[in-house]
Amino acid sequence: MPKDHGIGASPKRREDIRFLTGDGRYTDDINLAGQAYVHFLRSDVAHGRIRSIDMAAAAGMPGVVRIFTGEDFADIGGLPCGWCVTDRHGNPMQEPKHPVLAHGKVRHVGDPICAVVAETLSQARDAAEAIVVDIEELPAVIDMKKAVQDGAIKVHDDLASNLCYDWGFIEDNKAAVDEAFKAAHHVTTLELVNNRLIANPMEPRVAVGQWEKGTGDYTLYTTSQNPHVIRLLMGAFVLGIPEHKLRVVSPDVGGGFGTKIFHYAEEAFCTFAAKACRRPVKWTSSRSEAFMSDAHGRDHVSKIELAMDAEGMFTALRTDTYANMGAYLSTFAPSVPTWLHGILMAGNYKTPLIYVNVKAVFTNTVPVDAYRGAGRPEATYQLERVIDKAARETGRDPIALRRQNFITEFPYATPVAVEYDTGDYHATMDKLIEIADLAGFDARLAESKTRGKLRGLGVNCYIEACGIAPSNLVGQLGARAGLYESATVRVNATGGLVVMTGSHSHGQGHETAFPQVVADMIGIPEDMIEIVHGDTANAPMGMGTYGSRSLAVGGSAMVRATEKIIAKAKKIAAHIMEASDQDIELKDGKFTVAGTDKSLAWGDVTLAAYVPHNYPLKDLEPGLEETAFYDPNNFTYPSGAYCCEVEVDPDTGKVTIERFAAADDFGNIINPMIVDGQVHGGIAQGIGQALLEACAYDENGQLISASYMDYAMPRADDMPMFTVDHSCQTPCTHNPLGVKGCGEAGAIGSPPAVVNAVCDALQRAGKNVTHIDMPLSPARVWAAMNDATANEGAAQPAARSSGSAEGRSLGGQA
Amino acid sequence: MSKVSMRVNGRATSGEIEGRTLLVEYLRDTLSLTGTHVGCDTSQCGACVVHVDGQAIKACTMFAAEAEGAEVTTIEGMANADGSLNTIQQAFQDHHGLQCGFCTPGMVMSAAALLKDNPRPSEHEVRQYLEGNICRCTGYHNIVKAILAASGQDVSAIAAE
Repeated sequence: MPKDHGIGASPKRREDIRFLTGDGRYTDDINLAGQAYVHFLRSDVAHGRIRSIDMAAAAGMPGVVRIFTGEDFADIGGLPCGWCVTDRHGNPMQEPKHPVLAHGKVRHVGDPICAVVAETLSQARDAAEAIVVDIEELPAVIDMKKAVQDGAIKVHDDLASNLCYDWGFIEDNKAAVDEAFKAAHHVTTLELVNNRLIANPMEPRVAVGQWEKGTGDYTLYTTSQNPHVIRLLMGAFVLGIPEHKLRVVSPDVGGGFGTKIFHYAEEAFCTFAAKACRRPVKWTSSRSEAFMSDAHGRDHVSKIELAMDAEGMFTALRTDTYANMGAYLSTFAPSVPTWLHGILMAGNYKTPLIYVNVKAVFTNTVPVDAYRGAGRPEATYQLERVIDKAARETGRDPIALRRQNFITEFPYATPVAVEYDTGDYHATMDKLIEIADLAGFDARLAESKTRGKLRGLGVNCYIEACGIAPSNLVGQLGARAGLYESATVRVNATGGLVVMTGSHSHGQGHETAFPQVVADMIGIPEDMIEIVHGDTANAPMGMGTYGSRSLAVGGSAMVRATEKIIAKAKKIAAHIMEASDQDIELKDGKFTVAGTDKSLAWGDVTLAAYVPHNYPLKDLEPGLEETAFYDPNNFTYPSGAYCCEVEVDPDTGKVTIERFAAADDFGNIINPMIVDGQVHGGIAQGIGQALLEACAYDENGQLISASYMDYAMPRADDMPMFTVDHSCQTPCTHNPLGVKGCGEAGAIGSPPAVVNAVCDALQRAGKNVTHIDMPLSPARVWAAMNDATANEGAAQPAARSSGSAEGRSLGGQA
Repeated sequence: MSKVSMRVNGRATSGEIEGRTLLVEYLRDTLSLTGTHVGCDTSQCGACVVHVDGQAIKACTMFAAEAEGAEVTTIEGMANADGSLNTIQQAFQDHHGLQCGFCTPGMVMSAAALLKDNPRPSEHEVRQYLEGNICRCTGYHNIVKAILAASGQDVSAIAAE
């Protein structure tokens, strides 16, 4: 019988009521008295030197308040990077300046040059059209491999080269890994592209800056996953506003998926301009602007090699990756191809020796940063693809090959610096085989054949690392921030309570799930608990929501604060009932004294805390409000096994997802309904990456996929119904809830399943296709089947150099 | 500037607009009906779907002036008279058919138009009809399920809600 409340139940989401009735309050719904509107004039070339900006005509146009250029920000700090990677030689990465508005040069299509503030948005746009910017166009740096060659044109003239860093992990293991490859019985090699993507939350970014003349206080309303981080970064590093004079509010936010973690120029601009113009300034991104100003994701070109012995045991793994940073370093960009990628290269397997090399490269493209999964999908995709290829090359069953190499004893210290606390990879594989009905595959294959369709089956595993921590470790790894989370629990006199948390909710349902935990701990109804988040003025310093960390880290802080509340409430109850607080029990919202029939209701004690007439005032302060900061001592390690079944149309190359199943181990589950929804969404984004989505630049650095007409977002008719299961649970051992996090798993686990399935379908049809690069569009699949070249824009020219099947599938110049 | 008048959610409205003012701008900026959202600028995403004279329309594809005299319904006009969720809205909540909520108003408006024309659509028909509504959060699984449930069909066989 499913639970109807508390941990493990699936109460309907309380936030849904306002979203379903049009009463949500998103940032663009905020309009302040007297606000002006800003429109950014953005570069339409990828690389160039700004010769002059003629604003004379624009300045006199109706409604224009003021036009800003990079000159206005000459004395202002640039946008900071929050993570410094140390390269394999022990040197810090190259870190370019990132001005709020372009200064001297433009470095990507979309780089903001001028900001026109006007009475109305239309007037701002009209005036921007009248500005004449004279740009000396320079050759665009697009191909990562060419970009790091000697003599290459530089994106940043004041840096030594376009190489941000050359990272080796673990450098001391490199020689041993190389030796293991020499001794290997079999080596499988695969070159692949992790295609550049755009997160595309449905709500475009918005910023509204405000400055109060009377107090000197600033407020920024912004579409952020972590308002406190924006307050710190923008206040301390860009505008020099002390945190106590700056409030950042992120109200309802329409999805983030990573791209709303970062601090963006438009936020700093609106805050700065609000004071400069003495009125609120609002910016609402159009979707077209979002494509060329939101941080992009992925964009790795990798070569992975897997060494095996004669029995099929993995003996060593080696990877080489070029990771695109874009034109500037976005807030957490350097950490994604390194720490969030390298530490996952062991996957679910006991490969003893691993070496990861990553070259991060500046190009004339939009900055690239974390997108759902961030580094972990890139690691999983390489590993799970090369294992599938290895199974095929050595005539092994891909599931059996995985199983024989599974890690089975925990805790397990990998050769890439992390220690998995718990997991049961055979259990999730067993569950997958059951829910995906692998036993019925042959019948489905035969049925597809009768319709002239090629059917294929792809299976893979994944592991991820969530709740990145502890702070002292990430500090050593280069993070310029802590990665704790906070919660304040404020109990009111009448017994209801408010949890103020640094975890932001933008679709994850915290307002429903968090109260389930607190309600269980105290034994009161969930509707007595309110979650407050998204406003630096009324939540304690918190690091926000990303990396599947909210429940594992933020939830743990909430548990710790609630434990303090309960401890204090027991003391109050003990005083009133004249007992020892050691003897007080709290259950179902009632305090009892062990071994007696004395009891007090929760509300009696909370009232006593605020009306302390019969109260131990000598020993205890009145009131009932506690704060906790929780800094985890390890990551959490969700894992699972995914299965995709596809049909390929042999005449057109079109791939249809027929079935998709996911068996995940997320540890303990608070709200199964919400967890299912998170997995569904992640899978859809992974299928989108595998089949549809390509953020493509041409050789001149023009973004040729900058609208929903050109960038193929997954639609309802691209998706099947999903079969998901999370009954395999090995609870996390080091957080109080035993939870692991579920937000990114779907996006991490699904792309290799899709590609494995398509390759399987083609192999079953007798086509010697071992790999096709994502997205597996009909043109690419058809070309691969017919040994032809797909004639479509390649997202990553650096991959074209190989004349392999991989190279051919990319199209263009192979 | 010129004057436009239309009935929105059963109430007479009017406002001063530019010729280029879109219907969605009139709803959001002039009437402060911010439930109708703008998710793109190429009429692809469907976050701005409203009903104009009973037809589902992307409010970013129509000038406000074109709706002169029309009867417009937005998400704010969809709940039951007592303020409770209507059948479709309730099905979205029951089946977790929304996460961030941004595409949701457009989804509900499209679903209402679909069910008016086709009271018992198949899963395939629902997916086809939603081609013009993009959701990035849900993978559509629970949206499709909610719409099928709202049409009175048994969705208990569809895995996992």
